[in-house]
Amino acid sequence: MGKTKVIVGLGSCGLAAGAGKVYEAIKKAQIDENLDFVLKKTSCIGMCFREPLVEIIDKTGSYTYGEVDEKRIAEILEKHIKNDSPIREYVVKTDLFETKDQAYLDGQVKIVLRNCGNIDPESIEEYEAKLGYKAIKKIAKEKISSTDVIQTVLDSGIRGRGGGGFPTGLKWRFANNNKAKVKYIICNADEGDPGAFMDRSVLEGDPHSVLEGMIIAAYAIEACDGWIYCRAEYPLAIKRLNIAIEKAREKGYLGKNVFGIKGFDFDIHIKEGAGAFVCGEETALMASIEGERGMPRKRPPFPAESGLWKSPTNINNVETFANIPWIILNGAKEYAKYGTTKSKGTKVFALTGKIKNGGLVEVPMGITIRDIVFNLGGGIQNDKKFKAVQLGGPSGGCIPEYLADTIVDYDSVTSTGAIMGSGGMVVMDETTCMVDMARFFLDFTKKESCGKCTFCRIGTQRMLEILTRITDGKGKDDDIEKLIDLSNQIKDSSLCGLGQTAPNPVLTTIKYFKDEYEAHIKDKKCPAKKCKPLIKYSIVTENCTGCMVCKKVCAVGAISGEKKMPHLIDQALCTKCGSCYAKCKFNAITVN
Amino acid sequence: MRIKRISIKDNRDENTENIDLSLMDSFIQEYKFKKGNLIPLLQHTQELYGFIPRTAFLKLEKETNLKLSDMYGVASFYAQFRLKPVGKNIIKVCHGTACHVQNATEITDALEEELMVKDGETTKDSLFTLESVACLGCCSLAPVMMIGDNTYAKLTGKMAKDVIRNIREKELGTPCKN
Repeated sequence: MGKTKVIVGLGSCGLAAGAGKVYEAIKKAQIDENLDFVLKKTSCIGMCFREPLVEIIDKTGSYTYGEVDEKRIAEILEKHIKNDSPIREYVVKTDLFETKDQAYLDGQVKIVLRNCGNIDPESIEEYEAKLGYKAIKKIAKEKISSTDVIQTVLDSGIRGRGGGGFPTGLKWRFANNNKAKVKYIICNADEGDPGAFMDRSVLEGDPHSVLEGMIIAAYAIEACDGWIYCRAEYPLAIKRLNIAIEKAREKGYLGKNVFGIKGFDFDIHIKEGAGAFVCGEETALMASIEGERGMPRKRPPFPAESGLWKSPTNINNVETFANIPWIILNGAKEYAKYGTTKSKGTKVFALTGKIKNGGLVEVPMGITIRDIVFNLGGGIQNDKKFKAVQLGGPSGGCIPEYLADTIVDYDSVTSTGAIMGSGGMVVMDETTCMVDMARFFLDFTKKESCGKCTFCRIGTQRMLEILTRITDGKGKDDDIEKLIDLSNQIKDSSLCGLGQTAPNPVLTTIKYFKDEYEAHIKDKKCPAKKCKPLIKYSIVTENCTGCMVCKKVCAVGAISGEKKMPHLIDQALCTKCGSCYAKCKFNAITVN
Repeated sequence: MRIKRISIKDNRDENTENIDLSLMDSFIQEYKFKKGNLIPLLQHTQELYGFIPRTAFLKLEKETNLKLSDMYGVASFYAQFRLKPVGKNIIKVCHGTACHVQNATEITDALEEELMVKDGETTKDSLFTLESVACLGCCSLAPVMMIGDNTYAKLTGKMAKDVIRNIREKELGTPCKN
């Protein structure tokens, strides 16, 4: 078995939660106290709600500890490392016994995330020890033709995981059919949807799986060069990709006659995004690589016919590529065992918002939203009432609680008016104002509109103005009608997916939460008590014990009062952030 | 209006005396003849100076034959590029969906109060620039902000203010506002 291993999760979430300090503390203790173990790094394990995470693998097995701060790691090193006594109550994941988070773990099927959290992402050797690069080696050894590779991908039923849901095998076939000499592969790692970080975790945690997927795709469509377009907001992902590409080149996995396949020359380059959501759209992405403003182009011609620098190009999402090596190694039938008739395989979701157990979950298609939220997610924070989930980011829609038994697959989700999208699933409770959410999304898409199409450019602006008026308490009677009309016109007249889907959050919230719109417009009230111009926080003198907690938490000094005396909120200073309301344990603060 | 690029309307004059344009030579040589070089050239320039000085645009035009109008077109299109100097510490407050639902507005409001600037502006002592960004990808730990390479998670307005005061103390020896 070898030495005991202590592995610290150092993905972006882990680092944000303080894992870097924990790593340094372990390193120091190892030296100061001469402790005998190997200290290693890994990336996102997916259990973000338990970060920082530290795994200890000793002769009895593997134990992943959660919420490890510097105090807890000292305790763990003392008891587990020095005295061979694991601390069960801190363990969140293990094969040896059930933990409190068992439901979160058992509900998942890890294909895309198979290696995340299990390997050092900067080590090509560790990737290869987990069947890494075996898929492309199998293709080379058994001389599997590009047509047969494409057929396998088609038979697996995998559909584009970026949100489009187009059958991947079909996309590859179109590109393969084109007999041009120069063809390109592009990996869309722009992940612009706010609330989505699935791709980030794969790129940080298992970059080689994406490279291998791209190499297989390049072989299938006979491409000679590849690009990964990664958003600049992911510096760690870019760093890990650069390391992975260098190591792959050193081993001859990229370059000339790759994997010994004569005539198959392929290399991969990274292109950093520059902060434009629209560049997640494939034609805008290609314009950006070409050094232009990210403005979408007309299709047809589709990229498979004329793409990057007018050459046939195949673009797939990070998650799609990460699936490919598994599909080649295990076969199309194995993959197709998971999922529904028309949506095969698994999908990674970023479960966030008002959920107890937020993080990354990879589930088979066909699971219900209710299962994800309550079985895996553990339900709503503070046991508040579940209101809706937002699926598909700014292009998607809100699915209300009474439709929570909708299964997660492309067609079922689309029938609700939302879209599957890239996998961002934001959970909302009774304190979320749906009109405010619609305004939030329009604010985003209006800003990110490239400006090319009149209806998108001006229409989103007008919709935002209407929604802002409504949340400011200045809604008019015909506003809802105007919003629906504008929405339909923008959808009809926009060239690209941004404009075509920007009205979706508005249309779905009007469809399912019309009463909230009417309360804002007719009664000038915000039922969720969120829209600041429509609410007021005040202290109920009879209930106030003068504990001063609200005063301390107020960031703008709007609360005055002495100890054990009733406090007062100065309405002129109050920013209505709600912090005092959240902290008061005596029901002494009201919102109305 | 939450997601703002750094405001390009600014009264501070661009001080070009301290800008050594020769530092650009190495990457200009590297990218000069490459296809699609415009964005990487601008990105490298910004990495050097924190923003893209007008004189840098002129140098790029002279040495690479890229058109000034094309460069400005691209620089003004992408949110990453700044055309005015920024503060030493750029505070990026995330206003993505998950952070919005977890009250990110409170963070920006608290920082506007602490720094005495509006969202998108730089403090008079050039120590801080406050920015709202779309999504940093740390959604499970919302609300989140990044300053440089450091990420601060599960924030309240108070916590955000404390982070600023700590940085100020390190830089100036005092946590107090000027």
